[in-house]
Amino acid sequence: MTASTAVAPHQRPVTDRLIRFIDRNVLYVYTGFAILYLMLPVAVMALFSVNDPPGKSNLTWHGFSIDAWLNPFGVPQLFDVVRTSVLVAFISTIAATALGTLIALALVRYGFRGAGATNVLIFLPMATPEIVLGASLLTLFVAIGEPPFFPTSFLTILIAHIMFNISYVVVTVRARLYGFDRHLEEAAMDLGANEWTTFWKVTFPMILPGIMAAALLAFSLSIDDYVITSFTSGRTSTFPIFIWGSARVGVPVQVNVIGTAFFLIAVGFVALTTILQSRARRPLPPPAPDAARAEPESGRAALAEVEA
Amino acid sequence: MGARHWLNRLTPYLLLAPGILWLLVFYAYPSIQMFISSFWSGTLETGFSVSLDNWTTYPDALQRYGPQFGRSIVYGAAATTICFLIAYPLAYTIAFRGGRYKSLLLFMVIAPFFTSFLLRTQSWKIILGDDGILFGPLKDLGLLGPDFRVLATPTAVVAGIAYNFLPFMTLPIYVSLEKIDTRLVEAAKDLYAGPWRPGGSLAGGLVGGLVAGGLATAFQYEVAPLAILGVVSGLLIGALFLSESFIRIVLPLSLPGVFAGSLLTFIPAMGDFVNAELLGNTQTRMIGNVIQSRFLENNDYPTAAALSFMLMAGILVAVAIYARLLGTKELTSS
Repeated sequence: MTASTAVAPHQRPVTDRLIRFIDRNVLYVYTGFAILYLMLPVAVMALFSVNDPPGKSNLTWHGFSIDAWLNPFGVPQLFDVVRTSVLVAFISTIAATALGTLIALALVRYGFRGAGATNVLIFLPMATPEIVLGASLLTLFVAIGEPPFFPTSFLTILIAHIMFNISYVVVTVRARLYGFDRHLEEAAMDLGANEWTTFWKVTFPMILPGIMAAALLAFSLSIDDYVITSFTSGRTSTFPIFIWGSARVGVPVQVNVIGTAFFLIAVGFVALTTILQSRARRPLPPPAPDAARAEPESGRAALAEVEA
Repeated sequence: MGARHWLNRLTPYLLLAPGILWLLVFYAYPSIQMFISSFWSGTLETGFSVSLDNWTTYPDALQRYGPQFGRSIVYGAAATTICFLIAYPLAYTIAFRGGRYKSLLLFMVIAPFFTSFLLRTQSWKIILGDDGILFGPLKDLGLLGPDFRVLATPTAVVAGIAYNFLPFMTLPIYVSLEKIDTRLVEAAKDLYAGPWRPGGSLAGGLVGGLVAGGLATAFQYEVAPLAILGVVSGLLIGALFLSESFIRIVLPLSLPGVFAGSLLTFIPAMGDFVNAELLGNTQTRMIGNVIQSRFLENNDYPTAAALSFMLMAGILVAVAIYARLLGTKELTSS
């Protein structure tokens, strides 16, 4: 045993060393390429935000220009659709985060009849293709056939966005609640706090990072949604609807500018919250690995857990 | 005391009520309404009437849009397979070799989500363009013929779908790999689990050949050269990287993640129409394209409702089968 470990590496057979070398490094190289592949379209989007196309089509490279960045809303309607998207995302995030957090609290904190059925009702919207969610909502609005539901409008977009966001909020907040130490609440009660005070002084601050992660996820899902919105928007246009409409004639450079700006803001926000959270957490013992606890019920749910 | 007791028992229902009501009214009920709407006749102007006689909408729709349904299944399955091949090594590296960069790598996997889905797909249109940034230079160098094209073919559609839903495959596999107790692998190595050259090359070659041959058949490429390429690369990968401890411990323990990831990729892939519209042509239309145009351009609500109801029913069956598979642990672990 000692003899074999004492043999210097260069005395091993060449093939063996080669295999060892490949085995040690190939996965890193592969992962590097995979990340490049994942980021390539984002990079192309950013690159084509400084393109200088002569006509409407922004599909080939023509030359460098920062005109679009200097005048990001220099296309008719663009400002309106971005404002609509941000407004829908903002309102639906607040509503879905509130409704979803309450459901998550009920599911984790209380045993009650119907918990199983509730879980199914939370899971199903995430397992339903977006096109079916949008289509079924449209049949509902058509069947009602009267304002404010039909013709579809800003209100119906909002209804749809709150609906598809609730499940993701529940899953994200629930993951956070599972790792929660209830002794802290008991301690607060022992020290004379009533249930209301305990909730706002102990429980809420502890689950706040989970709620924030859920809200961030809901906001990004809402602002990016095209498929469901296309069924519930009617004449109201959102940013994704605008992109889809202009894809046939040529997406303006300004759209790439706004897409790139959204990306940078989101990445900056995540980086900031990560830094703040890691600072705030430092004095506490490491949190329970709640991300690995719940089986992810959907890709986006898994995404939510990673963010949380 | 009595009133307080009742209040305590009511609390969970009060917490649930607003959110659950929202889901019942705007998720559950619309699904029923969609089924009812598939039995409609009439138009938006004259109003709709429900009649069971309209059951013929279903066979009619299936007959008319059978090819699109078939295409959705084939494209969805192909994209799911490609996602698995790309995602597994990626998730494996992050879970076992990520070290202190684990969270950063995970963030890189989900970072594309912070860009609009449509803009990402539009970027692929730029990348894959006939004289675009990828093929333009290759054509100038004479490495590709002037007629070579990927855009507006099924390949581009499947590539777009695979790209867009890759994180849905990567994250569940990562979660299941991350849970594996690495002491099990160490124990296996102590018990003389070593490399797995003969078995690995055989399994790798077989899987590689089948996957490449299957994809080539589905997209009408020359089967023989691609299958040979698949066999050779599978053989090499299998011989070099598959070890006994991987085959007997890591892979079986990660299967729940693989199944979950496959389902979560296949469902949105099958319902997708954005990639087929932006990257494909009229011959690559999927069922999602039909549903969207029937609903929004033709106002043909009964047919569209019937098609989306069949899509939903098919997916619910897949979810139910998956749940059964996960329920019986023998199928998924060891």
